[in-house]
Amino acid sequence: MIPRRVAVTGIGVVSACGDTFGEFWTAMAAGRSAIRPMTLVPPGSLRFPNGAEAAQFDPLRHFEEKEAGFLDRFAQFTAVAAREAIRAAGLQIDVALGRRCAIVTGSCSGGQTTQDNNFLSLYATKGRVSPLTIPLVMANSGASRVSLEFGITGPVYTISTACSSSNHAIGQAFWMVRNGGVEVAITGGSDAPFALGFLKAWEAMRVISPDTCRPFSRDRRGLILGEGAAMFVLEPLDRARARGAAVWGEIAGFGMSSDAHHLTQPHAEGAAMAMRAALADAGAAPEAIGYINAHGTGTQTNDATEVEAIRAVFGAHADKLPVSSTKSMHGHALGGAGALEAAATLAAMRSGLIPPTANFTEPDPACDLDVVPNHVREAEFEWAMSNAFAFGGLNAVLVFRR
Amino acid sequence: MSEELIARVIEVIAKTQKIPSESITLDKTFAELNIDSLDGLNILFALEDEFRIDIADEAAREIHSVREIVDGVGKLVAAKSQTANP
Repeated sequence: MIPRRVAVTGIGVVSACGDTFGEFWTAMAAGRSAIRPMTLVPPGSLRFPNGAEAAQFDPLRHFEEKEAGFLDRFAQFTAVAAREAIRAAGLQIDVALGRRCAIVTGSCSGGQTTQDNNFLSLYATKGRVSPLTIPLVMANSGASRVSLEFGITGPVYTISTACSSSNHAIGQAFWMVRNGGVEVAITGGSDAPFALGFLKAWEAMRVISPDTCRPFSRDRRGLILGEGAAMFVLEPLDRARARGAAVWGEIAGFGMSSDAHHLTQPHAEGAAMAMRAALADAGAAPEAIGYINAHGTGTQTNDATEVEAIRAVFGAHADKLPVSSTKSMHGHALGGAGALEAAATLAAMRSGLIPPTANFTEPDPACDLDVVPNHVREAEFEWAMSNAFAFGGLNAVLVFRR
Repeated sequence: MSEELIARVIEVIAKTQKIPSESITLDKTFAELNIDSLDGLNILFALEDEFRIDIADEAAREIHSVREIVDGVGKLVAAKSQTANP
């Protein structure tokens, strides 16, 4: 069969920048960073004081009390974002469509808050853990919740590839819809890393900035962790048009690669290979791309390596290509990062506004691209790219079309 | 830079890297010892345990040789004993 074009007809977000896609995009379009002192862990317990927490998120606004207790924070994010996306798409999921619908989510770390609280109970206080620990910690608990809530009985699974998780998930969902494997897909990703044990592990990696996240800036000092989820409804473009659904844009290409280089050091060649694969999958020339939402973590190594990879793929076009990192505003939400960035990229493409790289102070010769420093920019473009590169050397790149 | 300090640092590196301590001398760089970024983190973590010190992230980034480790650890140990015995 002829591959189908795949439209995004619904977007839902929970993030440090707000509990809805609308609030999230308002913050992105204003260049407003949500990086603040952390409140979910005791102050002074870590070398780094700041994070991008979804501080306004109140589970009891979205779930009955008992229900909330059956979901870790990251899965609550998934469910709330999925509801918003499905509602926005105007999707009625009956039994027949439920069978032809997939859910693919990404999560790096699953139910860290639940695991931390229960291990504290085990080792420090009660000597035992709750029977809910396993079903709350499992990385697929968000996807399973959405399946239960909406009666979705088709393929449901979760991909865990660290910081590339949600790009891998969205890419898989996109391919399933494109090749007719399913009629509709609910996809995206989520993480909630603000649990002391997990944060201590990040501290030991020495990659967290002691102040803020300044991607591509010469004085960047590391990443800032964030949390949240973004979920999307994907369906064939023809189907979306036939039912009069609003289309945010298309997912047009997906490419992946593995560095086979180092467990934690990035590698320009692997990143470039994934970008080229995504362009080829989309049938787009490099010159067609009008904006890149970068992986842009704000570590010295990632940003310089990513710029090297972008130059390798785009050649002279790289000098005319705006590249920004919205992690400077919503933080690095790990397995949720690619999904939040896909939401930002789709909104940017639709509204003709490029979200900036916030907190930018001074140019770095090793990152000599147009990184859209600090101020939102008006720009019309038809094609965009979003990068995700993970520890373990796993790269996943999406290409979008207006 | 005391002989004892040098020996203890070398011992930590040897144990963490699983290499003979005889292969490690003050003038060796991380590259010469095949110590990559992740190995480096592991060594700093073990040194923090061994000497009960706290090595700041920014200082950690500047360390690329055995001599730099010994210098850095020596300073932190000295600073610690100063605070302990005013």
